[in-house]
Amino acid sequence: MTEQPLLSIRGLIVAFDGLLALRGVDLDVMPNQAFGLVGESGCGKSVTLLAALGLLPASASIQGSVRLAGQELIGAPQTELDRIRGGRVAMIFQDPSSALNPVHRVGTQVMEVLCLHRGMDKTTARAEARRLFDWVGIPDAARRLDAYPHEMSGGQNQRVMIAMALAGQPDLLIADEPTTALDATIQAQILDLLRRLQQETGMAMIVISHDLGVIADICAHVAVMYAGRIVEQTEARQLFANPSHPYTRGLLAALPEMTGPRRPLVAIGGSVPEPWAMPPGCAFAPRCVSVSPACQSAVPAFRAIAASHHVACIEA
Amino acid sequence: MARYILLRILRAMLSVVLVVTFAFVVLRLSGDPALTLMSPEAPAEVIAAFRKSWGLDQPIWRQYLDYFGAIARGDLGISMRDGRPALRMVLERVPATLALTIPAFLLKISVGVPAGILAALHRNSRLDRLLMAGAVAGFTVPSFVLGLVLVLVFAVQLGWLPSGGQEGLRSAILPILTIALGGAGVLARFTRSAMLEVLGQPYMRTAAAKGVPWRVAVWRHALPNAAIPIVTVIGFMVGTLIAGAVVVESVFSWPGVGRLLVVAVSSRDLAVVQCILLMVSLTMVASNLIVDMIYGVLDPRLRGGGGRG
Amino acid sequence: MKPLLRLDHVARVYRGHRFLGQAPVVRAVDDVSLSVAPGMTLGIVGESGCGKSTTGRLALGLERPDAGSVTFDGAPMPAAGTSAWRTLRIRMQLVFQDPLGALDRRLTIANQIGEPLRIHGIGADSERRDRVERLLADVGLRGDHGDRYPHELSGGQRQRAVLARALATDPVLLVCDEPVSALDVSIQAQVINMLAELQARRGIAMLFISHDLKVVRQIGHEVAVMYLGRIVEQGDPDTIFADPVHPYTQALVSAIPVPGPRGRPRIVLRGEPPNPADRPAGCPFHPRCPVATADCAQTVPDLKPLPDGRLVACLRADVDLSSARIAA
Repeated sequence: MTEQPLLSIRGLIVAFDGLLALRGVDLDVMPNQAFGLVGESGCGKSVTLLAALGLLPASASIQGSVRLAGQELIGAPQTELDRIRGGRVAMIFQDPSSALNPVHRVGTQVMEVLCLHRGMDKTTARAEARRLFDWVGIPDAARRLDAYPHEMSGGQNQRVMIAMALAGQPDLLIADEPTTALDATIQAQILDLLRRLQQETGMAMIVISHDLGVIADICAHVAVMYAGRIVEQTEARQLFANPSHPYTRGLLAALPEMTGPRRPLVAIGGSVPEPWAMPPGCAFAPRCVSVSPACQSAVPAFRAIAASHHVACIEA
Repeated sequence: MARYILLRILRAMLSVVLVVTFAFVVLRLSGDPALTLMSPEAPAEVIAAFRKSWGLDQPIWRQYLDYFGAIARGDLGISMRDGRPALRMVLERVPATLALTIPAFLLKISVGVPAGILAALHRNSRLDRLLMAGAVAGFTVPSFVLGLVLVLVFAVQLGWLPSGGQEGLRSAILPILTIALGGAGVLARFTRSAMLEVLGQPYMRTAAAKGVPWRVAVWRHALPNAAIPIVTVIGFMVGTLIAGAVVVESVFSWPGVGRLLVVAVSSRDLAVVQCILLMVSLTMVASNLIVDMIYGVLDPRLRGGGGRG
Repeated sequence: MKPLLRLDHVARVYRGHRFLGQAPVVRAVDDVSLSVAPGMTLGIVGESGCGKSTTGRLALGLERPDAGSVTFDGAPMPAAGTSAWRTLRIRMQLVFQDPLGALDRRLTIANQIGEPLRIHGIGADSERRDRVERLLADVGLRGDHGDRYPHELSGGQRQRAVLARALATDPVLLVCDEPVSALDVSIQAQVINMLAELQARRGIAMLFISHDLKVVRQIGHEVAVMYLGRIVEQGDPDTIFADPVHPYTQALVSAIPVPGPRGRPRIVLRGEPPNPADRPAGCPFHPRCPVATADCAQTVPDLKPLPDGRLVACLRADVDLSSARIAA
């Protein structure tokens, strides 16, 4: 008996002012799965999840289907989305110091989730917020509840964001570039924390990042995005051991390494096409080393080349 | 926090000193009061006697020191025209002015701020464009034009309201409206941009991601942040409570401080002008000080230095 | 070989101003000595607050050290703003992180690349045009890119334009402060390759400041690891990154998320990155150090050479830390 996916995205298309940002994304995230979405800037990885949760501005046009445990989110009424956001799906963002409201104490901001989604009164909420702060490793939790975001460091603020996300006891945590704005040693702390929390709570986790290393560190499954589409998806181990899509291969070859002999980096020539100048057929064709004439005639289908390894490339 | 307050108070005092000095210097440069008040044909000894009795024959630095000494004692001089103490003359007129400026001030805020918030929440809609067009019209039209137009429509054509003078509540309506419309326009524009800036901040997205309903997010998350720049602008408006109605008072023949200032300036009545200047600057400085204090309450980043955990 | 750039025990202290109360003192750089040989790259790595950017500015003479000296090509660095200093700009240039901020929005790229030539009066007008064209080609931009404005180019193209401008006067030293941090991986690789190639072709020395160890390892001949204004480990990048000795370097290397299985267990440091305004006594790293002793809180360790040629500033460097590492 196959398990039902927790989050199921089908044919998601997003456009801003007539320009396509997402060109048809299909994605399944299982319960308790650590899923990574990786790609460079402009590939649409953040837009995918923001669209799924209805967090894009009203001017964005969204088509397709996003189901959370069977419930359709696209077009759902605002009250329903408000219930799900924070309660069943939580999201943390890139720069924690600006993602927190500067004029509210951090404890208050966490308690807001507790009151909204778990119906707690002030006293209970404060005790629970304190417990959450301890859980995410904020020292001196009781006093820190009354601190303001500017009085805390980036790493601590990210822990506050994580505590705020966990407060609603979500089934799914989405982390959008959670460590990009942090120093390397703090990044290690936060990644460690996320891994531990995911294991302890059993919730599913989607990590969005441009850093392949971050994804590899805490995700078991990875999808690679390019120009608004998923181009490769498989288990993390498999992706790094046996990358199939030329873009994935290019990304890995372009990464400087810490060990082994120093070699010139193999850069991917050219740059990402602009939304208004998308090439016909495969979007990566102009930069691809294994390009063939067929690549330019039609968008390659997303097909399985092995059990749980899908690639959108006719040459793979 | 105490340091914050102390610094602000010291700076405020420095501002007052600078303003009064400036007024003192400029007034002296603008012309000889003796010649203005007396006719040019007056005999030289009379002019000289006038000068002496007003201390105008002293070297200027002496006049300056004397002036500061007098202020410290609470003596702001005698009006050259009336012969009465300047301070008393000004204070007599203050209630009349406040009767206009305070209601106008409240009206500006209660119309301007909600209009700006509404425009920001419905950005680029017809409502937004309408409100902003109204706001721009309000502050670009000079107050005397606005006043005269209102008089023309409501006093002359419709006859609903009196065209001037201070006779009871009805006569205050048009002047109050004239003052309020311009200020409301400015506030509406300002509030709109402050709100738009805040609505685009990352923490608003966080609030949405937490499941906070939109209305609650605007009220609880956006407004407290937008309040900071809005309070600044309101603070400036407080400073104009005493003498911000100069033009309007003239248009509506309202016997307030503004009218007194106009007369005093044209007759080089040094004591009265300096007195009004001093009061206005004190009010401005005081209101800035209060606004600074309010910042400390509204914006926790300004208190106590922001050290790290 | 005589070093091109030398920093000798430089320190830089910022004093805040306070009308009432204690003025905060920030020791951004504390007793740093390093040298860059002609045609070589020295990388400086560290996290925020470690003083690497300040060191870069000291090296360029943009700031005066409060202690120690800066020597360029054998002569002491002139004070910033003097004409001697301005003339020195021909030979040393700076490339920052944010290419959009480094370029003037209202001038075309070609105009900006040619600006240093005009400022220093290099070459006649016609020669300058040719030179700008050659520079554009050197950095992989086309002639028509030169006619565009900064906002019409991509991030990678802008950074190349900034590089072209920096190379206009044919400098012998390039100070790069996080030059590729804002770029995507694939563009990063292009720019790194280009820097390496330019260095090989023109013999430019580089002071490469970055928080990204992988990039520094790729391009550096020597690396210095900084923490709270001091150098804690210095030497050959391969040696240091493959087998770090200083506990901070170990944590830094261990913090790099790697695709694939991890070689040794990850070290996760406790605590927060330090506040330069609030320096601990003794070794700056001791509050977070997994192997600190009581002595570490009292003595500031100096950089001492190890047999393999590297320098380490740690009281426990000569102790075999391998067992401590695994336990941490």
